[in-house]
Amino acid sequence: MPTFLRTHLTALRMLLVMTVILGIAYPLLVTGISQLAFPDRADGSIVKADGKEIGSGLLAQGFDLPKQNPDDPDEQAQPDPKWFQPRPSAGGHDPKSSGASNLGPNSEELLKAVEERRAAVAAFDGVDPASVPPDALTASGSGLDPQISVAYAKQQVQRVAKARGVPAEQLDRLVEKYTDGRSLGFLGQPGVNVLLLNRAVAGLK
Amino acid sequence: MGDTLAGWLQAIALVGALALCYRPLGDYIARLLTTSKHLRAERALYRVVGVDGDADQRWPVYLRSVLAFSALSVLFLYGLIRLQTHLLLSLGVPEMEAHQAWNTAISFTTNTNWQSYSGESAMGHLVQMAGLAVQNFVSAAVGIAVVAALIRGFTRNRTDRVGNFWVDLTRISLRLLLPIAIVFALVLAANGVVQNFHGFHEVTTLTGGQQAVPGGPVASQEVIKLLGTNGGGFYNANSAHPFENPTGFTNLVEVFLLLVIAFSLPRTFGRMVGDHRQGYAIVAVMGLFWVASAALITFFEHQHGGTALQAAGAAMEGKEQRFGIAGSSLFAASTTLTSTGAVNSFHDSYSPFGGGLTIFNMMLGEIAPGGTGSGLYGMLILAVVAVFVAGLMVGRTPEYLGKKLGGREMKFASLYILTTPALVLIGAGTAIALPGERAGMLNSGPHGFSEVLYAFTSAANNNGSAFAGITVNTAWYDTALGLAMVFGRFLPMVFVLALAGSLARQQPVPASAGTLPTHRPLFVGLLSGVVLIVVGLTYFPALALGPIAEGLH
Repeated sequence: MPTFLRTHLTALRMLLVMTVILGIAYPLLVTGISQLAFPDRADGSIVKADGKEIGSGLLAQGFDLPKQNPDDPDEQAQPDPKWFQPRPSAGGHDPKSSGASNLGPNSEELLKAVEERRAAVAAFDGVDPASVPPDALTASGSGLDPQISVAYAKQQVQRVAKARGVPAEQLDRLVEKYTDGRSLGFLGQPGVNVLLLNRAVAGLK
Repeated sequence: MGDTLAGWLQAIALVGALALCYRPLGDYIARLLTTSKHLRAERALYRVVGVDGDADQRWPVYLRSVLAFSALSVLFLYGLIRLQTHLLLSLGVPEMEAHQAWNTAISFTTNTNWQSYSGESAMGHLVQMAGLAVQNFVSAAVGIAVVAALIRGFTRNRTDRVGNFWVDLTRISLRLLLPIAIVFALVLAANGVVQNFHGFHEVTTLTGGQQAVPGGPVASQEVIKLLGTNGGGFYNANSAHPFENPTGFTNLVEVFLLLVIAFSLPRTFGRMVGDHRQGYAIVAVMGLFWVASAALITFFEHQHGGTALQAAGAAMEGKEQRFGIAGSSLFAASTTLTSTGAVNSFHDSYSPFGGGLTIFNMMLGEIAPGGTGSGLYGMLILAVVAVFVAGLMVGRTPEYLGKKLGGREMKFASLYILTTPALVLIGAGTAIALPGERAGMLNSGPHGFSEVLYAFTSAANNNGSAFAGITVNTAWYDTALGLAMVFGRFLPMVFVLALAGSLARQQPVPASAGTLPTHRPLFVGLLSGVVLIVVGLTYFPALALGPIAEGLH
């Protein structure tokens, strides 16, 4: 057999062996151990309310009012004042299209979006536009950021309290409860998990 | 605790972890590349594959083995992607077009992991794990194998043998990458990275809407994507996706993984050439660039230059709340300096100078610390150039580690440093000259140019990240960027292996009073200077048209 062909046959056999070890056995092993040791996390940290699955504790979801006309694709979703709102998302909080806006730092489109969000959020929450925190004005990297800053959560308390007719102090306590600190005390940034907070809010009598 | 203090502590913890691994990991890799003992399982594997594990190869044979393995990998992956609609666990994804499948197959084989597709809608689980993740392992191993051959060129004398590619590949994959991957995949899964074989799982949200929660064997792929400096995300949002990178802790683990092998390889180098100080000098240069870049990107992101970012009050567009500015900037600097190309935040929305630095990092040639193996061989080529420059100053034939650097050696080194800039500048220039391709930009003005420049810089340097606003899933971009990736990966390897062969043949010359010591701070400074000058002179005009123009605007 010519050397050229022999080298390629060796390469093919090597690739197939590696595929079996690294592409089949390895992921199966890791899946097996993960499913035995921490099945909830390996399956996506699914959150339940009243026994029903309502989402993943790691993924943002929208808290909008039902559409006026469900068949109109152009109708903008309106935030529901009864819920704490997540960060803006380039993909409409849809895990089937994760990702960012990719608009540049000097983009006219981004500038316009930021200004519109500032006005809309300030009016919605009844606060001074200058005080709206940056995470409320910018789309996250994944489009599925489960958290908001503590400042943004606090800003929403009065509005949710009014819409639901519950005391604001109760909501303040919940915001505190669902604030995740930095990992190990110093890694990353603190944030409030919106889905877990809203689930608790829904459970208030 | 304030954000600034937390940011510093995070950087210190990372540097500490890397420093702790430097000696044991570097020594372990050196042993595995030099021992003549085979494990019993490896002997069995060699019998199945049909190689003689004890026979060393000449450099052309080593090179042919690298190229044959990579060519077969491209074909196999291409076939797997094109046929995936007929395979298990395909989750009903649509058939991928030929140009995109070719681009993807090349991208993963060349350790680039440029993605013109979106993971959750274009790839089934089987292709992800048995196709893409396998290349994540073996393409990383190929890089380390090539640098092993180059180091043997320095350590061996009067021989035409530089090692056995099949043995190097097997040992690096199974004794180095696989054990670390298993341990850290479990660490990630324990912290919320998903690991299952589900498709989309429909749930009813609190407001009564529907949401599809994705699944997949993510942890096992995530870990090797970083450890092997690959960077191709399981999902479109890559390491910004909460299922790939759920907490501040996993974020630091991921940055650690993408740096650890590249930063430990200088120790391997020092040990193999019998002088640890040589390794310290190389790692010092790598460390200098990495620290400076991470600090500068963090600084510019805090400044949040640019009209839109100023209006928002912070550079949080495209960044995740749980990582913040510090955790995102550290990741961005590390991923663009290592040829990884994974992202936990979107560089397109970075401040002009912060984003510009991510491009500049790649232009350095992925050497600080660079990709697994490719970073060290890139840096050693520049060390050869630095020694040569010093030799010119004093007018004597330069030598590095006892090997003379004559005309033949310098030709290979020069060809190496010319390859990637040529690919980047010709590619970006052509794309800008063609109206249809220019239209692929999402942003306008200098930032749009930066998107195109970023794309070719990323492809030719085998990084794989993007100013992701650009639309690249077209036949032209898939083809052109695919070519940039192939030539950017394999031409340099040809020159490195040829250099290895040429060095191994020599009889070493004893060090004399006129020999430049290559372990002193003077050499660290000289090498850093050469890196900056080579890059600066090559790319300054292009950078001036893109990020610099935008930042000074």
